[in-house]
Amino acid sequence: MTQPPRSSTRSVLGSLVLIAVVVGGGAAAFAYTAGWLSPQRLTPDKLVDAFTPPTGEPLGHRRNHAKGICFTGMFEANGAGSALSAAQVFIRGQYPVLGRFNLGTPDPNAPDATVRVRGIGLRISTPDGQEWRSAMIDPPFFPVSTPQAFYELLVASASKDPNAMKTFAGAHPEIAAFGAWAKSAPWTGSYAEERFNSLNSFVFVDSSGMEKTVRWSLLPAAQPIPVSPGDLAKRGPDFLEQEITERVRGGPLRWTMVVAVANLGDPTADPSQAWPEDRRAVEVGTLAVQRIQAERDGPCRDINFDPTVLPSGVRTSDDPFPAARSAAYAKSFDRRTAEAKEYPRTATDAKP
Amino acid sequence: MIGGRQRFTLLQRLLHWLMAVCILAMLFIGVGMVSTIMPKYLTLVSIHKPLGIAILVLALIRLVVRLRYGAPSLPADLPEPMKLAAYLSHYALYGLMIGMPLIGWAMLSAAAYPVVLFGDVRLPAILPHSDSLHALLWNAHFYLAFVFFALILLHVAAALFHALIRRDGVFDAMAPVSAHDEVAPAE
Repeated sequence: MTQPPRSSTRSVLGSLVLIAVVVGGGAAAFAYTAGWLSPQRLTPDKLVDAFTPPTGEPLGHRRNHAKGICFTGMFEANGAGSALSAAQVFIRGQYPVLGRFNLGTPDPNAPDATVRVRGIGLRISTPDGQEWRSAMIDPPFFPVSTPQAFYELLVASASKDPNAMKTFAGAHPEIAAFGAWAKSAPWTGSYAEERFNSLNSFVFVDSSGMEKTVRWSLLPAAQPIPVSPGDLAKRGPDFLEQEITERVRGGPLRWTMVVAVANLGDPTADPSQAWPEDRRAVEVGTLAVQRIQAERDGPCRDINFDPTVLPSGVRTSDDPFPAARSAAYAKSFDRRTAEAKEYPRTATDAKP
Repeated sequence: MIGGRQRFTLLQRLLHWLMAVCILAMLFIGVGMVSTIMPKYLTLVSIHKPLGIAILVLALIRLVVRLRYGAPSLPADLPEPMKLAAYLSHYALYGLMIGMPLIGWAMLSAAAYPVVLFGDVRLPAILPHSDSLHALLWNAHFYLAFVFFALILLHVAAALFHALIRRDGVFDAMAPVSAHDEVAPAE
């Protein structure tokens, strides 16, 4: 068989144009997918950049909740959660926990008394190799309804325009409830006295496949003792870390984990709206915090408490925040692990 | 047969086109997922991981098949620089098909993320928890993805160049169906 004839000059030109169109089209589609042609797209980079405090990016640290302290302990499941979820973590037993108490600030050097929102990150591991990670905070509801609104809130709070916050509050009236909480809720002098809430909803799936939308909270065994912000300001800049270290030395600290089950029609997709108090609440176990370690050399430092790392039997719901948080936490993690030399460990044997 | 050339075996052609779809989907999913915070982020990530492992498995099968059956030789009249480019780009493509999933898997391991394929199916960590390894692998995964896509564009351009301009049978060797009524190659 003879070789087919080579192309004429004209058809060569046509072919080259076709090749250019195919390659150019492919590159353009890729660029579009990557968001390079959509500057308005809210990317994880943009969201994380919006946290940058006036003092600059906290190199080597988390981009939000940047100040914290590690702990280890146990989650003691009482078995009641198995009625809601097939996850092993709810079967009666003890499961190791790695966690982190933290402050809702992008400044790792913020004085403890200046930060309104306190949080806890948890990683509970079960023998089946699964993990349940969660990051919770102490307000009873989130400031805004959507991740986009949260981004706009960050931009407005950092804005030099004196009307920026007023304009934002006009467009997102749900922020008013959070403002009222921040102003009126009592402060305490200890992480041990805080109630921490998932705020986001998730879906529990039981062994028969039944699904329930839930939120969970950690209720402190310690009685909260209100302390005025003025009195807290007189304590040292790291009083929360010193207090919790001292307190755990005296014995484990406990929180009861309570799972609230949504009724049909409850706002499962909007963490700015609390569910009514009378919702079915199931106590599923107890968190026992047994040992505190400084973050710098501690085991929580290089853990991303990504709230979408869930065991089988728990999955995300229609709440848009866990996805946004997962994307942003990953970005924060990628940045800080690449900047580890900016936040060097001091102990040599600290690697987990 | 064109000039004594053979086509790739049916298995090789099947693997090639199946992987072409998988790898293109993978690159678009990858670049798309890291640019969004919408709920589809989680969906895309949950496809990216098992698809990556599927590509790794397919690439290893393909490598064995390639070592077993070889490839049709390039046309004798193909200029030497183009031959060299063809050989080098194919080594690079094989390297990326096998390397990218391994780098991704290693990167998740170094970050102490559970590597979930689907449901209860999880892969073990292949590296210890380490921020420096994570940073290194993250950069490799990120930049090599663009190298991979650029190589694929080059590969497509070269394939079309062979198909439309040189018409030398190189494209035909991997075409899903032959453009010419040649007899079935001896496989």
